[in-house]
Amino acid sequence: MPGGFSAPALFGQLLLGLINGSFYALLSLGLAIIFGLLNVINFAHGALYMLGAFVGWGLLHYAGIGYWPALILAPVLVGALGVVLERTMLQRLYRLDPLYNLLLTFGLALIIQGLFQSKFGSSGEPYEIPELLRGAKNLGFMVLPIYRGWVTIVSLVVCLTTWFVIERTKIGSYLRAATENPAMVQAFGINVPRMVTLTYGFGVALAAFAGVLAAPIYRVSPGMGADTIIVVFAVVVIGGMGSIMGSIVTGFSLGLIEGLTKVFYPPASNTVVFALMALVLLVRPAGLFGKSS
Amino acid sequence: MLTHPPKRLAERTLVLTLCSAALALSACKKDAPAGDKAGSSTGIGSANAPAAGGNKITIGVLTDMSGLYADLAGKGSVIAAQMAVDEMGGKVGDMPVEIVSGDHQNKADVGSTIAREWYDDKGVDVIVDVPTSSVALAVSELTKTKNKVFLASGPGSSDLTGKSCSPNTIHWTYDTWALANATGREVVKNGGDSWFFLAADYAFGAALERDVTKVVEASGGKVLGDVKHPLNASDFSSFLLQAQSSKAKIIGLANAGGDTINAIKQAAEFGIVSKGQKLAGLLVFISDVNALGLETAQGLILSESFYWDRDDKTRAFGKKFGDKAGGTMPTMVQAGVYSSVLHYLKAIAELKSAKDGKAVVAKMEAMPTDDVVFGKGTIDPNGRKRHSMYVYEVKKPSESKAKWDDYKLIREVPADQAFRAPADSGCPLLTK
Repeated sequence: MPGGFSAPALFGQLLLGLINGSFYALLSLGLAIIFGLLNVINFAHGALYMLGAFVGWGLLHYAGIGYWPALILAPVLVGALGVVLERTMLQRLYRLDPLYNLLLTFGLALIIQGLFQSKFGSSGEPYEIPELLRGAKNLGFMVLPIYRGWVTIVSLVVCLTTWFVIERTKIGSYLRAATENPAMVQAFGINVPRMVTLTYGFGVALAAFAGVLAAPIYRVSPGMGADTIIVVFAVVVIGGMGSIMGSIVTGFSLGLIEGLTKVFYPPASNTVVFALMALVLLVRPAGLFGKSS
Repeated sequence: MLTHPPKRLAERTLVLTLCSAALALSACKKDAPAGDKAGSSTGIGSANAPAAGGNKITIGVLTDMSGLYADLAGKGSVIAAQMAVDEMGGKVGDMPVEIVSGDHQNKADVGSTIAREWYDDKGVDVIVDVPTSSVALAVSELTKTKNKVFLASGPGSSDLTGKSCSPNTIHWTYDTWALANATGREVVKNGGDSWFFLAADYAFGAALERDVTKVVEASGGKVLGDVKHPLNASDFSSFLLQAQSSKAKIIGLANAGGDTINAIKQAAEFGIVSKGQKLAGLLVFISDVNALGLETAQGLILSESFYWDRDDKTRAFGKKFGDKAGGTMPTMVQAGVYSSVLHYLKAIAELKSAKDGKAVVAKMEAMPTDDVVFGKGTIDPNGRKRHSMYVYEVKKPSESKAKWDDYKLIREVPADQAFRAPADSGCPLLTK
C-alpha cells in the first residue's frame, strides 16, 4: 500500500482509527447502559443516532439554530422521544420474554428509517462544519482536521464521565443496585420505574449526541444508522454485554483495528470487525469484559 | 410500579440472539422499504402481469430503491419510464404498456433472481436502468439467454459494450470510457498529470479506474497509486490520508453516489483541496451535488450527458419530471431511462412485436434516436448509444440562483468523440 508502511503514516492511520472509534464507543456505551438496566437490546439505537443527526440538520435548516445549541438540543429532544417510547411501549413488555422488546425496537428502527427514506431520499442532506472548528492542523506525520480532534476529545470526555457517574457516584450505585435486584431497591424507596425510564432516555440521548457529532463528517442520510449500528452491535458483543468500561475500550480499539485494516488490506475493512467477533465468541462467549454467568 | 422486574436472558442465548438479529437487520435494512426480496412488483398500471406471450408490453424497471444509488435512479427511474409510456399514449398499436419495478439492492444475485422471475413468470419484455455494473453485467448475460431486451441507463462499466457486449443490450446514458474521456482529459489538460485513485471495489470502480488510467497515460501523465475501498464505505479518512501522502496532484474518485458524497465531504475536512491537491469526481450526479451543498462541491469538474438546465427542452422535461417527483430534478440516469424507453416503444411500433429481443435491438440500432433529453443520436453496432457528453464545473454558492442551479458548462464533447469507437471496444460481436 502506498505510504502505508512508513512509521509516521501508520501513526496517522492509528489516530484516524481512534477517531472512528469515538463513534463506536459513544454508541455502544448507550447500548450497554440500556442493556444493563433494562435488559433491552435496543435495536432502534441506530435509527435514533440518525434521528439525532437529522434533528441537528432540521434545527439549522428550518429554525436557523446552529451546531452548538444543536449539540445540546438534539439529544434532549431525541432523549425525550426515548422517554415517550419507553413509557408507552417498552415498559409494557418487561414482563414478557426480552425477545419481545428486541422485536419492538427492531420494528421501530425500520419504521423510523423508512419514514425518513421516503421523505428525504437516500443521498442525504448537507451539514457544514461549524466555523470555529474548520480547517486542519499539520501534526508533522499527518494532517488532522480540527473537527475530528474535537470529536475524539468530546466523546472521550462524555464516555469517561458516564463511566464515572455510574461506577463512582451515589446515583450510579442505585442504578447498579437496580440492575442486580430491582425489587430490593424499590423497597428502599427509590422510584425504580422512573430510573429505568430516565436511563433509557439517557442512552438514547447519547445516540443522538453521536448523531449530531457525525453530521458534519458523514452524509446526514436515513441509512447512516443502519450502516453503523451493525458494527456497534459487534463492538458490544466483543466487549461483553452490559459492561460499561468494556464498551468504551472495545469501541476505541476496534476503531484502531479497522484503521489498520484500511492500510494493509482496504477491501476487508468492512468485515474485519465481524471476523474478530466470531473469534471472540469462540474463545470467550461472554465477551472480553463480560462476566460469564 | 415495577411489579414485574425485567426478565433476564442467559448470557449465551443473548449473544446468539444478538448475532442472529444483527444478521437479520443487515439483510432487512435494504429489503424493508421496497417490499419482498424477489422482485416486488410495485406495478404502476396493473401489478398482475399476464403470462409471457400475452399481447401486452411489460417494462421492468430494475433499480436501487433504498441503497446508495436510490436517489440517482430509484423511484425517479420509474417515474421517467412512466413519462415515456404516457408520451406514447400508454400503448403501442393495440398493445397496452405496463411497468413493474423491483429493488436489486446492488447485489448481482438479487438482481438476477428478480430478472429471471420477471422474464420467466411475469412476462417482462425489457429490463431498464440497473445502476451498479456488477448487477448489470449479470442481467445482460441473462437477457441474452432469454432473448429479451436490456436497456442499461444506470450502470457505468464500458465492458457492457466491450468484452461483455450482447446483441440484446444497449448501454444508454454514459459509460466509464466516456467519463474518462471527458472528465479525465479535461483535468489532464489543465495540468493534472499525476493521479491517485480511490476506487470502489467492484466492476464499476475497476472499469472506471482502468479507463481513466489509459487516458492519463496516453496524455503523458502518470498514476502513482490507488486504494480499493468497499462499496458503501462511510469513512474515507484513511483512504484520503493515503491519497494525500502520495503527493499526486489529482485524487480521482472512481466511485459513485453515497461513496462519492462522503469522499468529497471528508476531503474538504482534511483540507485536501486547500493544500493544492485536486479532486476529480469521475462520476458525480446532480443528486450528489445537491446532497453535498454548493459550499462543499464548488469548483468540482464533472461530466454528464444530461443536465436539466441545458436548453428549453431539457428545462421543460425537468419541470415535468419535478412535478411528479416532488420538485427534484432528474439525473442523467433517470433522463436516460425516459429516453431509452421512448426509443424502445418507437421501435416496437415499427416492428409490431416485442417478443424477439434480438430483432427489437437490431431495429432500435437501425433507427436514429431523437428526444428532448439527448437530442439526436445513434446506436453503434456493439450496443453503445451515442450522444454528446458535457463537461461542467459546479457553481459557487454566489453564482447559483436557485436550488438545482448547480452547473456551468465548460465544453461539449460532440457525439462522435464522446464514446469509444466500436472498432476499439473489443466487442466479440463485431469480429464475427
